[in-house]
Amino acid sequence: MPNSDYVIVGSSHAGLAALDAIRLQDKDGSLTLLTQETCLPYSPTILPYLLSGQTERSRIFLRSEEALRELKASFKPGAKVVAVRPDQREVALASGETVQYAKLLLATGAAPKLPPVAGLQEVEYHVLRTLEDALRLNSASEEAEKIVVLGGGLIGLHAAENLAARGVSVTIVEALPRLLSGYFDEEAADLVRQAFVNKGIEVLTSERVRRASKAGRGCVLSLESGRSLPADLLLIATGVQPRMDYLAGSGVETDEGILVDEHMRTKVDHVWAAGDVAQARSFFDGTANMNAILPSAVEQGRIAGMDMVGDPALKPFVGSIPLNTYKFFGQRAFSVGMTVESEGMEIEKVALPEARKYLKLVFKGDRLVGAIGINSDLDPGVMHQLIRRKVYVGEARAKLCANPVEMSRVMMTTGWR
Amino acid sequence: MGKSYHTIAFYPDKCDGCMDCVEACARFHTGTADPRHSRIQVAKDEEEKLYGVALCRQCGDPQCVMNCPAGALSKDKDTGVVRWSEEKCVNCQLCTLACPYGGITFNALTDRVMKCDFCEGDPACVKACPRKALVLKAGASLFNAWGDLEDLVVPGLSACLGCNSELLLRHTLRRVGSNTVVATPPGCIAGVGSVGFNAKTGLKTPVFHPLLTNTAAMLAGARRYYKRIGRDVTMLAFGGDGGTADVGFQSLSGAAERGEQMIYICVDNEGYMNTGVQRSSTTPYGAWTSTTPVGSVLRGKTRDAKPMPLLMVMHNCEYVATASTAFLEDYYAKLDKAIEAANRGMAYIHVFSPCPTGWRFPPGKLIEVARKAVETNMVPLWEYENKRGGIRFTHPVDDPLPVQVYLSLIGKYKHLSDEQVSFIQGQTDRRIEVLKKFSREDKEEEISSAA
Repeated sequence: MPNSDYVIVGSSHAGLAALDAIRLQDKDGSLTLLTQETCLPYSPTILPYLLSGQTERSRIFLRSEEALRELKASFKPGAKVVAVRPDQREVALASGETVQYAKLLLATGAAPKLPPVAGLQEVEYHVLRTLEDALRLNSASEEAEKIVVLGGGLIGLHAAENLAARGVSVTIVEALPRLLSGYFDEEAADLVRQAFVNKGIEVLTSERVRRASKAGRGCVLSLESGRSLPADLLLIATGVQPRMDYLAGSGVETDEGILVDEHMRTKVDHVWAAGDVAQARSFFDGTANMNAILPSAVEQGRIAGMDMVGDPALKPFVGSIPLNTYKFFGQRAFSVGMTVESEGMEIEKVALPEARKYLKLVFKGDRLVGAIGINSDLDPGVMHQLIRRKVYVGEARAKLCANPVEMSRVMMTTGWR
Repeated sequence: MGKSYHTIAFYPDKCDGCMDCVEACARFHTGTADPRHSRIQVAKDEEEKLYGVALCRQCGDPQCVMNCPAGALSKDKDTGVVRWSEEKCVNCQLCTLACPYGGITFNALTDRVMKCDFCEGDPACVKACPRKALVLKAGASLFNAWGDLEDLVVPGLSACLGCNSELLLRHTLRRVGSNTVVATPPGCIAGVGSVGFNAKTGLKTPVFHPLLTNTAAMLAGARRYYKRIGRDVTMLAFGGDGGTADVGFQSLSGAAERGEQMIYICVDNEGYMNTGVQRSSTTPYGAWTSTTPVGSVLRGKTRDAKPMPLLMVMHNCEYVATASTAFLEDYYAKLDKAIEAANRGMAYIHVFSPCPTGWRFPPGKLIEVARKAVETNMVPLWEYENKRGGIRFTHPVDDPLPVQVYLSLIGKYKHLSDEQVSFIQGQTDRRIEVLKKFSREDKEEEISSAA
C-alpha cells in the first residue's frame, strides 16, 4: 500500500503543471503521478497533428522518464483509479492496489461524449481523445474512402482537415447552425466553413444523425433531414465530459464537473481538482462552468499545486476565460473572451472576407471583453491580457479599433511589460 | 544561489520609432530587411507619442513553455533563453495565446511562429539601436559570479538613503573575504555602522576604529604582528578622503613608501561628509561645501582637487587603481589584483563615491552620477602595477561627454557660471593628457564594464 505526500491522478497539462508547482517549493516530499494511460505524459491537443503527420509518436511526450526522475515523481502508468476513499485517505486502482495520500489532486481530464444516436453501439466508430484512439484512427483511415465526422468543433474540424488531406471524401455533420459555435460568431464561422468547402469537404450544419446502421465494413447514417449518408469510417467528435466515474461514494461534489473553489479545492479536505475534469468559476459572471481548454488546465493545475504545497505566492483563480487558437488550411484564427453578442456589449468589426481577414473586438462599457481574429496580426495573448486585467480602454477605444495591433502593443508596454 | 540571466531592457522614452532594431533582427536571422521576419516589433501611439515593443522576455516562468502541447518550447537553463524547436512544433499557435508580451508571433512568410533567440548572446537589435532605447542588461553575470560569495556586512546600516558606501562595503567584503582585519577611521564608513556598537561589530570580520590620522600605520603594525606569529591575514582599510588625502596622508605616505602590506581603499566622496559636508583636498574646483560656500564673492571651492591616486603611484605602491561602483566588473577585477599585490606591498584603490546628501542630488540618481563621471572623463578609470610600470586605462572613453552633462546632475554645482564650467572642462581635458603621459603601451585586455 504505497504512501505518498502528494498523489496526482492524471498526467496531462493540469497534472504536470501541479507537479512543477509542487516541486518548486517542496523538493523532497514523496510524489506519485498516476495515469490510466500506458505511456509517458502527453497532451490530447497533439493528437490531430499525429493524424496530419506533422508530428510522430516518438516526439509527442511532454516529460521523459529522466525528467520525471529528476523531479522525483514516482510515475505509474497503466494505473486506473476506480475509487477515492477520503476517510482512509486512499485511492483504489483497477488492479486492486491502493495508494495512500496526504494530498490528492484529481486531474483525470475528460472523455468523449457520445451523441444520442440510435444504433450507435452496433456500429464501429472512432473517437479522438487518447493516443490509442489516434493510432487506431490512423490505421483505420488508411483504407477508408468515405469518412464522416460528427461534430463541427475543434477536434472534428482538425480531424476532418487532416483526413481529407489524404484525398478521401469527408463530410462534417454539425447539429448547430454553424461550426465552432462555442468560440466563433457567424462571420468567423463562415470564413472557416468556406475554407473547408473550398477543399472539397462537405459541411452539413443544422443536421443531426438519427440512426446509425451497420453496412458492410462501415455504416449508414440516417440524418434528420431524411438523407442517408454512408461512411467507411465514422469519427465522433461531439464534445467531451469529465471523467468522474470513480468518484461514486467519495463525497466529492460534482455538477457537470468536479466543483472547485478559487484554489481548486473540492468540498472534501485534502482533495483538489484541476483541468478538464474541474468546474471552476467563470471570469465574466462568476458562475461555475466548464471551460475545458488547455490554458485553463495549465493555470488550474498550477494553482492546485501551489495550494497543495503552501506556496506563499499563490493567487486565487481569476475565473475561466474562453481562449482558443485554430490553424486551418494555412489560415489562422483565435478567439478570446466573450465573442458572441449579448446585452450591454458593443461590437467593433472589421470584416474583409475577400482578403480572408476578420477582426472583431467586443467591448462592455470601458473594457474589452472579447476578440476574434482570422488571419489577423493581433497578438492573441495581448488581447487575452487586456481582457483579463480589465484594462481601462475608455477614450482609447477608437484608437484601439483603428489600429489594433499597434495600439494593443503600446498598451501592453505601458501597462504590464 | 540560483542563476541569473542577461536581459534586454526597453526605454520607451528614448525610442523614436526608427525601426533599426527591426531591420537588424530581420537581417541577422534571414539576411533580408523584411520587417515581417523580425522577432522584435515596435508599435507607436501617434497621438500620445508613446512607443511599445513586442519582444520575448525570456521569462523565468514562461507561459509559452507551459502551454505548448508538443513540448516544442523549453527554457535553456544555461543561457536563460526560451528555445523553440521547429522539429517538435505543430503550429497550433497556443504559444501566441499564452504569451502576454507578443513575444512569440506568427511569421506569415515562413508559416511558423518565431521568437527572440538572443542572437547567441549578442543581440543584434541592441547593437543597432542608435538611441540606446534597447540596452543589454548584463548584470546577471555579476550576480552569477558573486552571488554565492558571503555578504559579510550586517543586514541593517544607518547610511543615508542612496549611499554608495553600502554598495562598496558589501561587494568589497564579499570578494576580500573573512580572513581580514578591517580598519574604518572616523567618517561615513564607520558611521554607518561597520564598527558596530554594544560590543558587537557591524562586519563579520574583526574591525577597529583607528584615529583619523593613523589608519595606515595601525594596519601596518597589525600586519607585521600577524606575520610574526605565522598568520597571513589581509589588512583592509576603508578611509574617507579626509582621513586619506588630508589628515591621514602622513601615515599613509609613510606606509606606502615602506611597502607595508595592505589594501587601502579611499572612499572619495569629495568632502568630510560625516561631520557636515566640509571641503577636503579631493573636493573638486567649484563645488559647494559648508566651508567653500557660494555667495556674492566666493563661488564654491577655489582650488582644484589634489590628484591623490597619481600621488600614490609616485610612492611605488605595488598596485594603484581608480574605481567606481557604476563599473562593478572593473572594480572586482581590480580587487583581484589588489588582493594579490597586498601580499607584497601596498595596494591602493581610490573609489569615486558620489554622496546624495552632501552633493545634493536625488538618491535614486547615484549610479547615473557615478556613470556620467566616468563618461565625461572627470573620473578616468585606470590602474597601475609596480611590476609593469606606467598606468593603463581600464575603461577608455574615446568620445567623452561634455562635463556639463555630469555637473548638471549635481546640486553642489548648480551655481557654476559658464566660465567656471569652461574651466572645469579645460582641467578635465588637461588631466587626461597628463595621465596619458604616464600610460604604458602594452595590450592587456580591457575589462569590459557591465551596464
